Amino acid sequence: MTAPALRTTGLHKSFGSLVVAQDVAISLPQGARYALIGPNGAGKTTLINLITGALRPDSGEILLGEEAITALEPDSRVKRGLARTFQINTLFPDLSPLEAVTLAVCERLGVANVWWRRLVGFRDAVDEAYDILASLNIGAVCYRATRELAYGQQRLLEIALALATKPKVLLLDEPAAGVPRQQGGELFEAIANLSSDITVLFIEHDMEVVFRFASRVIVMVGGRLLVEGTSSEIAADQRVREVYLGRSRHG
Amino acid sequence: MIAPAVGVLFDGFAYGMLLFLLSVGLSVTLGMMNFVNLAHGSFAMVGAYVAVSLMGLGWPFFATLPCAFLVAGVISVGFERTLFRRVYRASDLQQVLLTIGLAFISVAAAAWFYGTMQQPVRLPVYLRTYATFMGINFSIYRLFLIAVALAVTGLLVGALDYTRFGAQVRAAVDNQRMAQGLGVDVDTVFAITFALGSGLAGLGGALAIEIVGLDPNFTFTYLIYVLIVVAVGGLGSIRGSLLAAILLGVSDAAGKYYVPTLGAFLIYLVMVSLLLWRPSGLFGRR
Amino acid sequence: MAGVADPHQYLAAKQRWAPIEVAFWLAMLLPFVLVPTYLPLASQIAITAIFAVSLDLILGYAGLVSLGHAAYFGLGAYTAGLIAKAGWGEPFSGLLIGGAAAGLFGHLTGYIVVRVRHLALIMITLGIGLLLYEVANRASWLTGGNDGLQGVAMWPLFGSFDFDLYGYTAYAYSLAVLFAVVLAARRLVHSPFGLSLRAIRENERRMPAIGAPSRARLRTIYTIAATIAGIGGALLAQTTQFVSLGALSFERSAELIVILVIGGTGRLYGGVVGAIVYMVARDRLSGMNPQYWYFWIGLMLIGVVLFLPNGILGGLATLLPRRSRAS
Ligand SMILES: Nc1ncnc2c1ncn2[C@@H]1O[C@H](COP(=O)(O)OP(=O)(O)O)[C@@H](O)[C@H]1O
Ligand SMILES: [Mg+2]
Repeated sequence: MTAPALRTTGLHKSFGSLVVAQDVAISLPQGARYALIGPNGAGKTTLINLITGALRPDSGEILLGEEAITALEPDSRVKRGLARTFQINTLFPDLSPLEAVTLAVCERLGVANVWWRRLVGFRDAVDEAYDILASLNIGAVCYRATRELAYGQQRLLEIALALATKPKVLLLDEPAAGVPRQQGGELFEAIANLSSDITVLFIEHDMEVVFRFASRVIVMVGGRLLVEGTSSEIAADQRVREVYLGRSRHG
Repeated sequence: MIAPAVGVLFDGFAYGMLLFLLSVGLSVTLGMMNFVNLAHGSFAMVGAYVAVSLMGLGWPFFATLPCAFLVAGVISVGFERTLFRRVYRASDLQQVLLTIGLAFISVAAAAWFYGTMQQPVRLPVYLRTYATFMGINFSIYRLFLIAVALAVTGLLVGALDYTRFGAQVRAAVDNQRMAQGLGVDVDTVFAITFALGSGLAGLGGALAIEIVGLDPNFTFTYLIYVLIVVAVGGLGSIRGSLLAAILLGVSDAAGKYYVPTLGAFLIYLVMVSLLLWRPSGLFGRR
Repeated sequence: MAGVADPHQYLAAKQRWAPIEVAFWLAMLLPFVLVPTYLPLASQIAITAIFAVSLDLILGYAGLVSLGHAAYFGLGAYTAGLIAKAGWGEPFSGLLIGGAAAGLFGHLTGYIVVRVRHLALIMITLGIGLLLYEVANRASWLTGGNDGLQGVAMWPLFGSFDFDLYGYTAYAYSLAVLFAVVLAARRLVHSPFGLSLRAIRENERRMPAIGAPSRARLRTIYTIAATIAGIGGALLAQTTQFVSLGALSFERSAELIVILVIGGTGRLYGGVVGAIVYMVARDRLSGMNPQYWYFWIGLMLIGVVLFLPNGILGGLATLLPRRSRAS
């Protein structure tokens, strides 16, 4: 058996007296499609921040493939194939999507520190960026300033930026947050069509979407993992019903 | 050997208390709104010129002090309501530009109305004498200055800790959004705090004339010292400002006395190193 | 236009030379024939423009506010001046050494500067500037202190052009260096590196998530900007054959921000336009009491923030019909 694409062991994190991650151990097999669910404030975004290095864990280990990445800077983790998107759009308002994605491609190719050659000279990077944008259906608006894009298009650009890093593992923090249901479905179709080399973990509140697109589901409550299982196991789990399904969807 | 050291310490401490009065308002308002107000020194200068003008009309020194506080506070809140609030959400650069522009204008206005020469102050005779204790002379005026500053500090700390308004200010400094969510009218709280802070700067300005003199360059000379106090103390922290102001006052006095050739060099060096060690200041959050 | 299908054409159009740019550089030659008596002023303008372009790289493109950029300008000026005073009056090598000294100092201080933001950044850049000023002031045996550095004697440029009293050589030299600096900066801002600077300005938080080490990028541009500022300072020392403490002063740094902001930040030519407007206005109003000059600067700053946030060039860009990008 090959090693899991991503694994965490015993992750702990607290903000003062508030414990937001307690003994979190997850393991994502190569090419898996996992959903991470849990009520608001459960610590899902925090877990992504810990894995990507935006926050430092108080203790615990993170392994990407065989390699321990716990001590690496966030940008080095990205270079090793760990990408994420943000729950709240975190984009470059004044750049066009083409510029932003081309930059991310250049970063991956290690040429983004070149200041003596023109960007237009990097034709392959530009082509690749355009192809990513076109594959997500935002090729037509990729010359406008990002701030002029519709909200749903900005959500897609979040994903495009992550894809430009050619991730092995992709962590999506509520990719469809704030998008109308219909459009959200299209967005998840795009995610489902991603290459099966990419291991995906997504956070999502809509159970229909979760059960449709995830092979397995991790449930998190109050900074702890509650249970992990297949869609049908989770749908049938009594504890999950109590803490999560029983309440309002966004509670 | 001991006597000069005590004298230097005393002068430095008095100077530090003055710097504290001048800067505490900026620290609190910066902590609350993250608004970089480089015109803060101008409000101190307003207070100073108010005091000088009233004394020119024959007012007693003590009567000019509350007026310096009031006029500086009222003028500042006028600018806050009309001009500054437009750039709270703008970049650091825009805030710096707008407020430094206002500071430039205030310097020019002071030169226009009062000329560029030093302004005379006539203190009551009993404030200009010295008290001798164990063979060391202590300036009565500096003792008075320290007493005023300590009283203000006591009032401020008490008001922050024990009044409803103080609790609102603390909440707003701590987390603006959360305070808003709890029903604090941050906008109004900020305007009042801004007026109070500038008023204290005005009071500090009036008290400063005797020690450092007054001419239109006052704004910029003290702006740098005030910024050092705020940055080193940590935004929004009264304790931090107090400590940083005393540190700065004492090192300035000691530096001038013991190593006059180094000038302000030491102070800048200490500031840069301290900020490297703790970018958000001694008592800053984060 | 949305109809452009080819990403390469879109990017190429963004960095193509505009006719107005060519016209601008030709116009910069006019002082030689139209107002030869103003050539000394013209070379001061070119030098200030170099300095402003260097600030634009960090402030306009990368978004770092610096209140102490004069440190690098002054360091370049004193270095070039001291070399000439010590007996090596060759201008071009002096220029490069002045730039290198400032660049080295920029590289070292860059490690400090890129670690902080907001008020701490303002205070640290301010502190570095004040520190260097104090050092130069105290080391009067070397710098001449308040009297300035005298006795800077330059050899003819490239062995054949003397620095004449009318400023022909000085302006030709300064203009050529300005042109070279703008060419290099133009290349830089249209490079992948330049794009990453704009991205840092737009949203530094996103940078690590696309694998970008933003601090290293900021250190690089800080070093480059310091080098260019040093070149500007060296030019000033060589063309005026004098260096004053003012070259290092806080006023110089503050004035520079005013110049750049009036012209427009993040637009490459903003610093050049700002330098022309500011220096010509100051020359016209030189009889004015400096206090009142400050009044007008203050008013201008407030006006720019409230009504012209992108400076003169930004204002012009919204007035003029947009150039069609499709072609
Ligand atoms: N930087 C922080 N400082 C303090 N508390 C935080 C911070 N970030 C998140 N939290 C708290 O941690 C908890 C978990 O937040 P989060 O991970 O965003 O939850 P989720 O994404 O599951 O809704 C929340 O109570 C939140 O308020
Ligand atoms: Mg979340």
